[in-house]
Amino acid sequence: MSQQSPNVSGPKDNSVILDIRGMRVAVRTDAGDGPVLVDDVSLQLRRGEVIGLIGESGAGKSTIGLASMGYTRRDCYIVGGNIVFGDTDIRAISLDERRELRGPKIAYIAQSAAASFNPAHTLMDQVCEASVRHGVLSRAEARAEAISLFKQLDLPSPETIGSRYPHQVSGGQLQRVMAAMAMVAKPDILIFDEPTTALDVTTQVECLAAFRKLIRGHGTAALYITHDLAVVAQIADRIMVLRRGKMVEFGDSRQILQQPKEEYTRRLVTERVAGHNFVDVNVADQAPILAIDHVSANYPGKPKVIDDVSLEVRKGDTVAVVGESGSGKSTLARVVTGLLPRIAGDVRFNGASLPARLKDRTKDQLRRVQMIYQMPDVALNPQHTLLETIGRPVAFYFNRSREEVRARAAELLRQMDLPESFITRKTSELSGGQKQRVSIARALAAEPDLIICDEVTSALDQLVGEEILRLLKKLQEDLGVAYLFITHDLGTVKRIANKVAVMLKGKVVAGGDTATVFAPPYHPYTELLLSSVPEMRPDWLDEVLAARATGAATTSALLRAP
Amino acid sequence: MRIRGYKVSVTAQIGIVVVVINLFVALFAPLIAPFDQATPVGDAWADPSAQHWLGLDNLGRDILSRLIYGARMSIGLSLVITALSFLIGVISGFAAAVAGGWIDQALSRLVDLLLSMPTLIFAFVILSVLGSALPVLIFTIAILDSTKVFRLARSVAINIVSLEFVEAARLRGEGWWWIVTREVLPNAVPPLTAEFGLRFCFTFLFIAALSFLGLGVQPPNADWGSMVKEYGEMINLGSAAPLYPAGAIAILVIGANFIVDWMLSIHSRGQGEGA
Repeated sequence: MSQQSPNVSGPKDNSVILDIRGMRVAVRTDAGDGPVLVDDVSLQLRRGEVIGLIGESGAGKSTIGLASMGYTRRDCYIVGGNIVFGDTDIRAISLDERRELRGPKIAYIAQSAAASFNPAHTLMDQVCEASVRHGVLSRAEARAEAISLFKQLDLPSPETIGSRYPHQVSGGQLQRVMAAMAMVAKPDILIFDEPTTALDVTTQVECLAAFRKLIRGHGTAALYITHDLAVVAQIADRIMVLRRGKMVEFGDSRQILQQPKEEYTRRLVTERVAGHNFVDVNVADQAPILAIDHVSANYPGKPKVIDDVSLEVRKGDTVAVVGESGSGKSTLARVVTGLLPRIAGDVRFNGASLPARLKDRTKDQLRRVQMIYQMPDVALNPQHTLLETIGRPVAFYFNRSREEVRARAAELLRQMDLPESFITRKTSELSGGQKQRVSIARALAAEPDLIICDEVTSALDQLVGEEILRLLKKLQEDLGVAYLFITHDLGTVKRIANKVAVMLKGKVVAGGDTATVFAPPYHPYTELLLSSVPEMRPDWLDEVLAARATGAATTSALLRAP
Repeated sequence: MRIRGYKVSVTAQIGIVVVVINLFVALFAPLIAPFDQATPVGDAWADPSAQHWLGLDNLGRDILSRLIYGARMSIGLSLVITALSFLIGVISGFAAAVAGGWIDQALSRLVDLLLSMPTLIFAFVILSVLGSALPVLIFTIAILDSTKVFRLARSVAINIVSLEFVEAARLRGEGWWWIVTREVLPNAVPPLTAEFGLRFCFTFLFIAALSFLGLGVQPPNADWGSMVKEYGEMINLGSAAPLYPAGAIAILVIGANFIVDWMLSIHSRGQGEGA
């Protein structure tokens, strides 16, 4: 076993703490047996070791994480194999005894800390609760331990942060408090389930560093579940690649990243590495479609969310607006669509000023700007068929007959590489990627000049997201539509956008051709964002942390700057 | 047994049988009932016999026939009232949710005002002043009930309106009629259907209570609530007469509740995983 970095204070004992052999988890409902979620997975986790479980949604990685605590979701059952924790056979003990293991022995850190904390209690109460209730520690001991953990996790003012409520700390801080909660009782195993997925890149770096310090400092064994190979590379000793409930490949982190044996692993690795050649489209001679001119906007009674923003989109352009949560990038989209009226500046479309309010705009103005959303599940009415969904804009804007609408909808489905037979299906019957294709078809049905894409790939699996980006690019080549791409993912920007605007606190801090903005000399914030995107090298995090320690910019420093 | 792919629980199956039998009896009362509901056919309080299975009542009318006609009156009335209260409540609730702003404020405060008054007392006042004619009864209870429907419909619709497919429809330029009928309504049907069953039960009990107090269905029309009132005294004399209408009320309400419980359970199962 190759331990990448010195295990400073961890115990020498590296006996197997969790031994899973041939585990199978399946859905069993009163209607009969359902699909097998996890099929014949085996792994041996040693003390002090971190194993990364990686795969797309439906790979069974979370199910494995939960099953190692002897827990399954509703209607799911462990139907085969052995799970031995220490010398306890988890499948042989009662549900109550399993519950006793969770918390003191095996602790779980979920993706959404915000959903896991009770908003009505202080952080300290919740951090200490489990270990006090299980009788592991007295309240005073638990408090002392919690404060020490807050320090180790680099939380601000560790002595007093515990008296705050969950809504009074940031998302990244809350995620670290949750790690402290899991760690207070000194469990033998930590299970991290996508703990940084919901965070911004710059926050993710801080959390990753804190988690790694915590695990190494205590020598705790951990399962780290994520869909992001680059993230897991920073923290795991070994990586297991999963697909549809089955193990694809299991090996040392370096080997998985550098010499993947299986084709699927190779695709996961290369999709991230590929596509770093910038998009080169010359649109300088095209007339601007959208001109955002010194626009400011705020929500009633609140400070400005976007402040003096200017931006131009020409025919055939793909302009990316990047920034972290709260930077105002989504608000900019709402201002362009008229959902949030601007308070200053002008938005011109094809040279003419657009009314600030949605309801003052003409049908033709509405038709020319379409939108694609982040969550395809809620962007499409689940009760409508594809014909209703895609056909409605055709009927609404162009007044076509029933047969023409149907023919057009079928044509659009073909363009999206979806079978025409889907036309009578309800949107709720489709997969996430298929739904996103339908969203694109619905936008194109209006024959718009500009499509606003709001984080269109971030709710999708990596490889599905790649396909959607490729489809969007192809459609642009065929139809000449312009895109305004709202995203937090710099990888997406590099791959698809020819222009980019970097937003920070409601202002555009850097903008221009993608190749120029993403090449030195950088704006300090652009540099921070770029350096925060995890790379597929196990040493990446160490290098970033070393570089930052020597005085490079941090978000908090930049945010404090005037 | 399965309905739309969902397994029907045993209690729900019992509920469906009970409700279907009751609806059948209510619908075909004149064909099923052996005697007229208002005509005396023998001595007062005659014991059950081969001819009169449940005996005769205080005026010598056949109790079984009155029970059958009573089903028609009680169930029919409750259905009409519940349907009317849903019509008012759902339309105003959706309007409040979709329009928002002052329309929402005005409707919500009006509903608060109506909800602040005890329902039974309010019904008393209206029915005492205007009399207990059936249309008055129907409108009074329907309006009182629609306040509760309004609150549910509004909160259901607000959750749906905040979803992005409604925003997409707004951005397309759709009018409120399209948004209410095509985007919101189809997604609100499951919770509203369950609520319909529940409100039907409440209305049914409320009419029974009003009739028992003499303000509901007026004689000579039979209705289960007023039958309990008319025969109530006889329980002291060892007669089972009041137990028949009371039992009929209980069985129908429990049966309907079984169905509602099942509908709510499949509805909530659809929303994410449980423990």
